[in-house]
Amino acid sequence: MKKRPLPKAWRVLLPLCVWLGLWWALAARIGQPLLLPTPWQVLTCLGELAGTAAFWTTCLTTLGRVFLGGGMGIVAGVTLAALSARFEGCAAVFSPAVKVIRATPVASFIILIWLWASANWVPVVIAALMAAPIAWSATHQGVAEVDPQLIELAEVYRFSRWKTVRLVYLPAMENALANGCRTALGFAWKSGVAAEALCRPVRAMGTAIWNAKTYLETPQLFAWTAAVVLLSIAVEKLLWGLWNAAERRRAGGAS
Amino acid sequence: MELHDLNVAFGDKVVFDHRDFSFPDTGLTLLTGPSGVGKTTLLRALLKEYPDSAFLFQEDRLFPRRTVLQHLLDVMDKPDRDRAEELLALVELTGEEGAYPAQLSGGMARRLALARCLALAGPRFLLDEPFAGVDEPLQRRILPRLQALGKPLVLSTHNRGLLEYADRVVEL
Repeated sequence: MKKRPLPKAWRVLLPLCVWLGLWWALAARIGQPLLLPTPWQVLTCLGELAGTAAFWTTCLTTLGRVFLGGGMGIVAGVTLAALSARFEGCAAVFSPAVKVIRATPVASFIILIWLWASANWVPVVIAALMAAPIAWSATHQGVAEVDPQLIELAEVYRFSRWKTVRLVYLPAMENALANGCRTALGFAWKSGVAAEALCRPVRAMGTAIWNAKTYLETPQLFAWTAAVVLLSIAVEKLLWGLWNAAERRRAGGAS
Repeated sequence: MELHDLNVAFGDKVVFDHRDFSFPDTGLTLLTGPSGVGKTTLLRALLKEYPDSAFLFQEDRLFPRRTVLQHLLDVMDKPDRDRAEELLALVELTGEEGAYPAQLSGGMARRLALARCLALAGPRFLLDEPFAGVDEPLQRRILPRLQALGKPLVLSTHNRGLLEYADRVVEL
């Protein structure tokens, strides 16, 4: 049976109403904001927080940490994967390391890194460590998608190494890389905030979440969590929008 | 150009068994014969022996994100780039400079691949089915222009109508 398509407004409103309604009903049933505040209490709290300069400084500092770490992780992951695709020796050295990073629980890494780095830098390093394996896999997937006929053409037509990368590899890899970066930044964001909550550096969304929990400010705890989620969605939408716009401009008439 | 004792087999199928080939390093040599007889294999063997040749692959192998003009400029040395328009005129693609491969018909894409090969700075051209998908009158207009470039040409084709242009025919 064919599904009837839902109007666009409904696709946004319906899940919002259902989940917020459920939350509201549950909060009203419990009747204790300390355990579960209502959506309205959380929204009010978020509104109050958003009216302060400290809230925005905190958000921007966390964003900066995550982007710095995530960016470094992506650059490292792509570079090491490219080297591994080219040189067997590099693959032999780095492949097991990536597997270990992937299998290690993020909490273990946070505690370990905290031994060596200050609380301010732990989220940066953790974001990098979580982003790098994803960028690594995306690069390998991209390399596998390169048309071998074009690689042969580049050899026969004696393209320079850079021209081969620019004309043959990058266009074939860009979708896999873009998707990989998107996922990597998502992981960097979540793990970065988790690292902040454990290490509690100054001016950090993770620290704010921890403090709200410690002082039993449950509406604030929910408000900061909502801020983390909303900021993550907003940044992803912004970056994806920029990428799609650049893609449309670059592709021109190509399809 | 010479190939001695050429042995090529794909699994059990022997394509060339201790064959010798000699091609004049001048004029137009046409390779012809039924499909699967070894025309492409012979051209690839020539490329292996003479790797400085400009080679046209049997497939177009175009870059989806590069325009017609960019395809030519990508393979040309800077001082030669004025020749790009000339080569596009040779294959009758003038006016399509800004088009992308997806916007070209099969025959046009083939002519673009041919023009890109002609833009390479090789001492001779090895062309594998350069006119696949190109209509006969156009083939007859383009071939004399290729000859007029003055470089040796070895070209494989199924079109026996082009044999009259050849200085030498190699029937496989």
